[in-house]
Amino acid sequence: MKIKLNIWKQANAKAKGKFEKYELDGVDAEMSFLEMLDSLNEKLIKEDKEPVAFEHDCHEAICGCCSLYINGHPHGPGNETATCQVHMRSFKDGDTITVEPWRAKSFPVLKDLMVDRNAFDKIMAAGGFVSIDAGQAPDANANLVSKIDADKAFDAAACIGCGACVAACKNSSAMLFVSAKVSQLALLPQGKVEAKRRALNMVAKMDELGFGSCTNTGACEVECPKGIGIDFIAKLNREYLCASIKEAE
Amino acid sequence: MSKLDAKIPEGPLAEKWTKYKATQKLVSPNNRKKLDIIVVGTGIAGAPAAASLAEMGYNVKVFCFQDSARRAHSVAAQGGINASRNNKNDGDSTYRLFYDMIKGGDYRAREANVYRAAEVSSDIIDQLTAQGVPFAREYGGTLANRTFGGVQVSRTNYAQGQTGQQVLLGGYSALKRQVALGKATMYSRQQMLDIVVIDGKARGIITRNLVSGEIERHAAHAVVLATGGYGTIYYLSTLAVQSNGSAAMQAFRKGALFGNPSFIQIHPTCIPVLNEYQSKLTLMSESLRNDGRIWVPKAEGDKRKPSEIPDEERDYFLERRYPAFGNLVPRDVASRASKERCDNGFGVGKTGLAVYLDFRDAVAKQGKKVIKGKYGNLFDMYEKITGEVPYETPMMIYPAGHYTMGGLWVDYNLMTTIPGLFAIGEANFSDHGANRLGASSLMQGAGDGYFIAPYTVSNYLADEITNKVPSTDSPEFVEAENNAKAILDKFLNINGTQTATSFHKRLGHIMWTYSGMQRNEEGLKKALGMIADLKKEFWSDLKIPGKTDEINQELEKASRVADFIDLAILIVNDALNRKESCGAHFREESMTEGGEAMRIDKDYSFVAAWEYLGEDKEPKLHKEELKFENVEVKVRSYK
Repeated sequence: MKIKLNIWKQANAKAKGKFEKYELDGVDAEMSFLEMLDSLNEKLIKEDKEPVAFEHDCHEAICGCCSLYINGHPHGPGNETATCQVHMRSFKDGDTITVEPWRAKSFPVLKDLMVDRNAFDKIMAAGGFVSIDAGQAPDANANLVSKIDADKAFDAAACIGCGACVAACKNSSAMLFVSAKVSQLALLPQGKVEAKRRALNMVAKMDELGFGSCTNTGACEVECPKGIGIDFIAKLNREYLCASIKEAE
Repeated sequence: MSKLDAKIPEGPLAEKWTKYKATQKLVSPNNRKKLDIIVVGTGIAGAPAAASLAEMGYNVKVFCFQDSARRAHSVAAQGGINASRNNKNDGDSTYRLFYDMIKGGDYRAREANVYRAAEVSSDIIDQLTAQGVPFAREYGGTLANRTFGGVQVSRTNYAQGQTGQQVLLGGYSALKRQVALGKATMYSRQQMLDIVVIDGKARGIITRNLVSGEIERHAAHAVVLATGGYGTIYYLSTLAVQSNGSAAMQAFRKGALFGNPSFIQIHPTCIPVLNEYQSKLTLMSESLRNDGRIWVPKAEGDKRKPSEIPDEERDYFLERRYPAFGNLVPRDVASRASKERCDNGFGVGKTGLAVYLDFRDAVAKQGKKVIKGKYGNLFDMYEKITGEVPYETPMMIYPAGHYTMGGLWVDYNLMTTIPGLFAIGEANFSDHGANRLGASSLMQGAGDGYFIAPYTVSNYLADEITNKVPSTDSPEFVEAENNAKAILDKFLNINGTQTATSFHKRLGHIMWTYSGMQRNEEGLKKALGMIADLKKEFWSDLKIPGKTDEINQELEKASRVADFIDLAILIVNDALNRKESCGAHFREESMTEGGEAMRIDKDYSFVAAWEYLGEDKEPKLHKEELKFENVEVKVRSYK
């Protein structure tokens, strides 16, 4: 099939970007979206034109590299899907597809469709861990964890750190990302010890880095490739509130 | 042969590591802050090593090419992580895990290293659990376990089908904690271009900042490579598309020996090649073989839908050929058995290069809900890629390039033949012999990172406490930087007509055809000629757009492909030299009447460690003889 593409091009972080139009023929329905972009780039290079910069690595929806905003949706069409799992069978011959980078103040564009998501690493460094050195761990069966809690913690831990939640949010809030980590660790006995400190520090860092506030629109949940629910945001709010009260005491 | 002193401690196998730790040299806490360590790679070996060394008090600089340490490809490991905890009361022990790995590796791994890997396996689970890794639990709250191929115990801990992600994020979070404490400094989006060796010791690295394009020099007292495997040599593999063999090749060119480069695992259960555009073959976890049954139709070229083929007309070929282990034979055995069926015309799907992995019986017996709980994410992934629902119709799978048992040669200290240069995790050759058993890569990587490198790197650094970090203005740094720049300029100045990817694809095709699941002398020799031609073409007709001082993804690819070409030559040379079949290395000239791999122990019971002698010169072979004092070397049978 033949596809028309409307792709954001921006030379670097400081340059002004704009949409470029491309046409690509011979697109196979079985191609993944990324493979379609690969073939566009191969064509552009051969024509002495500049290829489109975009990020991807594992192609299994787990590394969280890919970050394309396709036709107005982070990671494009499909539920609980990362960009690398979008296939061209989701589009039809003659379609025009608009591809943009994540748009958020805290994720500046580096080039074309690549953004800087370093802010997520900074939030993690502010508290997304259990303070335990190698060698100090007790026996893994010493703390029994109910299957329900372990499963729930896993659901939160499934976050791939792609940033789709921020890109989807009209306020560019990182609440879903932060809530997933805070909830995962607060649900487990080993994470409870410093749960309060963690919630306060991660939220403070998120605010400091310019992410917006959560107004409960639920857009993040809809677009999350791992199906992480906003019930975790409710849990974060509870954790944060309890921690704040405790601190005020 | 002094180069190949494995430095294995004296004494009984089970006491070697204990004795090492009790007698090794130490660095006192006050001196640790004077010592700098570079760790390259942030996967399941690199992140834990960096975090653990920083926790001890060393200054650690950590590098990765991704935008975040959390994206290293260990994140994609699916099925699990082994530990000999005997949680199931089914006869597991450190010795049993050691034995399974030695046998699984077809008696081509070093006993002492493998035993140590088994010995620390239980501590890893404790450590990860303490970090908040949500391993699957039983209703009573204890750890749940499952079984993997090539073993007869249940020792695999898991977090659904995303164990690698959870285990990696544990290491990543420990690393982030050290970054916040100022003990570790993170350098992401950096591509390593060279290793700097001063007075015979590894003293730093040259990197390219992938955003600014700037070439940077970084100095340290020791360098730890945790740069993963090179399965992407086949272009299509289960690896992330940016995974590469460049760091290993840089070390090789600087004098580190390369161990068993041709030992590359072909994973039996991957989504087959669907079209010519494909850039990746997706792995379907080995854990699926716990409940899925592999089959092809008994009749050649049977084109009926799988549901229309009754049981008596199906050939469950693994169960038929290997009744003791059935669908859970090791990966090399399963891969070859599938290839054999397809080569003889029994394959299924459009291309005939696929076999069925069928969950019909498991769903009927255990119910969809239970199966979903175990493999939900894998089934979803399969459906997204192929458009088919595995609860209803069998998966179609075919083998694909996966894990490299080969890697930089290291001694018991995990140190390469360059003093101060360590290689851990998949980047080294040491623990898996000629074939790796499932769920043991996370185990080995994490073991190296959390519990082995912190000791052995300290042992090395104890003699460095009076040495200052070398100046990055020293001639060795300047020369390494100039060389790196010259190569980048060369890529851009070729101005040819073919892209880096097109060369990678062609190289992959040569490697898969002649140096893949089955190899023979004629094919390997042919491959050497073809790769040499491809190399000439690459260096005369490559086309790289853009400049060096900007984000340039094509330039990054060119670096990787250039290294892959040289690595391919090394792999083929190694495969040619080893005229026996062992594990994943299957030489057609050396098989039993039943078509199984046939080792030739009297000639090949050694690690092949290759030394670089110069550009386009044949590498020199060194042999580390393997001694088996604690297991009886037998024909490896899973019948």
